[in-house]
Amino acid sequence: MSDIVLDVKNLRVEFPTRKGVLTAVNDISLQIRRGEILGMVGESGAGKSMTGMAILGLLEPPGRIAAGSIHLSGDRIDDLDDRAMQPVRGQRIGAIFQDPLTSLNPLFRVGDQLVETICLHTNLTKTQARERAKDLMREVGIPAVEERIDSYPHQFSGGMRQRIVIALALCAEPELIVADEPTTALDVSIQAQITALLKRLCRERGTAVMLVTHDMGVIAETADRVAVMYAGRLVEVGTVDEIVRRPKHPYTTGLMGSIPSLRKDVEELQMIPGSMPRLNDIPDGCAFNPRCTQAGARCRRDVPSIGAGPTGVACWLAQEGACA
Amino acid sequence: MIAFLLKRTANAAFVMLAVALLAFVIFRFFGDPVEMMVNEQATQADRMELRERLGLNDSFVTQYTRFVSNAAQGNFGISYRNQQDVMVLIKERFPATFELVLVATVISLVVGIPAGVITAVYRESRLANMLQLGSIVGVSLPSFVVGILLILAFSVSLGWLPAFGRGETMDIGWWSTGLLTPSGRAALVLPAISLSTFQVTLVMRLVRAEMLETLRADYVKFARARGVPARRVHWRHALRNCLMPVITLTGMQIGNLIAFALVTETVFQWPGMGMLFIQAVTFVDIPVMAAYLMIVSFIFVALNTCVDITYAWVDPRLRDDTARAGGRNG
Repeated sequence: MSDIVLDVKNLRVEFPTRKGVLTAVNDISLQIRRGEILGMVGESGAGKSMTGMAILGLLEPPGRIAAGSIHLSGDRIDDLDDRAMQPVRGQRIGAIFQDPLTSLNPLFRVGDQLVETICLHTNLTKTQARERAKDLMREVGIPAVEERIDSYPHQFSGGMRQRIVIALALCAEPELIVADEPTTALDVSIQAQITALLKRLCRERGTAVMLVTHDMGVIAETADRVAVMYAGRLVEVGTVDEIVRRPKHPYTTGLMGSIPSLRKDVEELQMIPGSMPRLNDIPDGCAFNPRCTQAGARCRRDVPSIGAGPTGVACWLAQEGACA
Repeated sequence: MIAFLLKRTANAAFVMLAVALLAFVIFRFFGDPVEMMVNEQATQADRMELRERLGLNDSFVTQYTRFVSNAAQGNFGISYRNQQDVMVLIKERFPATFELVLVATVISLVVGIPAGVITAVYRESRLANMLQLGSIVGVSLPSFVVGILLILAFSVSLGWLPAFGRGETMDIGWWSTGLLTPSGRAALVLPAISLSTFQVTLVMRLVRAEMLETLRADYVKFARARGVPARRVHWRHALRNCLMPVITLTGMQIGNLIAFALVTETVFQWPGMGMLFIQAVTFVDIPVMAAYLMIVSFIFVALNTCVDITYAWVDPRLRDDTARAGGRNG
């Protein structure tokens, strides 16, 4: 089991507010192996990003991990304080954020941001770090590195900036990369390049990736396994083939049905009626039951469990064939 | 960058011409300069002759042009009151005011910026609350009250620091500085603190507001995510992004400080330009007042221009030439 890089067990993230405690992430367990790319999908507010932030130890207060554990290659990291977590971030877990336009500090040259990160995590001198920064920039596909290393972020296009962000995430050869919507803010033509780049770099290095996105296309292209989230819970986990071709959970089925396809000649896109419940208004039983066409009495009473295996589905219908 | 500098300088020159017009109009039309200069026995012919000699019969435009070209050479005429060259008077007084303002500005930045960062980053801490409370006191108390309280505490009760004057000064060329002598430095402490009280709180509140904004930015979170220690993120990455408005404020406020130093100067009997102006007002000494107006606005305009140029230096995005040179490809 030594190749399990990330092991999240029963993670629960809560936001105490004046009106009561909101549970943004509820009882999530997942594992990512070395070199594996796990796609996390779900609608906005399903808790995907929140799970990523919890792993990075960057939940905005008052958000906090209320239960569960996070292990990184066997070391428990969820109970570390900020000071102890700081060498883990960047060094053992790299991060890529959604918007490359705002991820880089506008007032520092990209080279300086790379050198800063490299120096923080390695024993290299400034000059060596600069050489390494150039290597990384070449590796992520930035042309004319010698000139561009002293450019400021605003002098790069969005795609180029996201390449820099990827280089920053790879600075210290981390074991895990948390990529939070890495392509959402980019042009479609650039998205594919960035996805392919990320995939190639992680395969070469055996880096585990948690790819948070709501873009099923990106997932289908990149991920090995997929975890589907709904209202703070995992509803289905499986290989990308299973999820795309044979989704078991009605929500996953709906999600797949709502992807536009150029090949299939479908008159109208299916859509899931209604919207995801707010965090303070999650129904009893399965959170999806009000929108589910097949929901039965049990779905409104008991919360289905997804189990602990590498694949699974949290649905009474799929598990037991009946939900009455 | 050169085009940018030229544009800024041209703007500044235009503003100065407008101010000069104002100063000239005041000088020319508020009271008759001839009446001020001659004694009661002067005949009408004497007056006419003086009027001709001073060029007061020339056209408005000619007179204005002459005023501007004189002013540009630092010639503001003769003070009515002590019959001295106005520029000489100002030259004597300016160093005192400038040093006072300089020290007050340094205090406001050195105290205000860290206080602002602390109150923004450690919002709930006791220190932050105390600083916040102190800043309310600082904003509310007029500077002359602060000055009087400081005199009461440190000069009258404790006897540590002088309550008035500039102490000994040393001359470096025409510049007389109090910074190089112990008594000069001691004399500077209380007025500078009193002048800076308001500034400190202003800078602190501005930095706090900006920091709160910046700390929410993605690049701050991303800097944390790539393992930059919190302290470095706050004091380097976030603070630098907050400095733009602080530079503006400080630049603008130096002008204000020079202008409003006259209150502090009066309280501490500080022999600066403010005192000179107060005396000029009392005696309707128009050349001095006009010169004061010109010089203070010159400082304002020069500072604004410097602030704009500093912007371009701090924020690479405002250097229009680099944006073009960089090119874009994706």
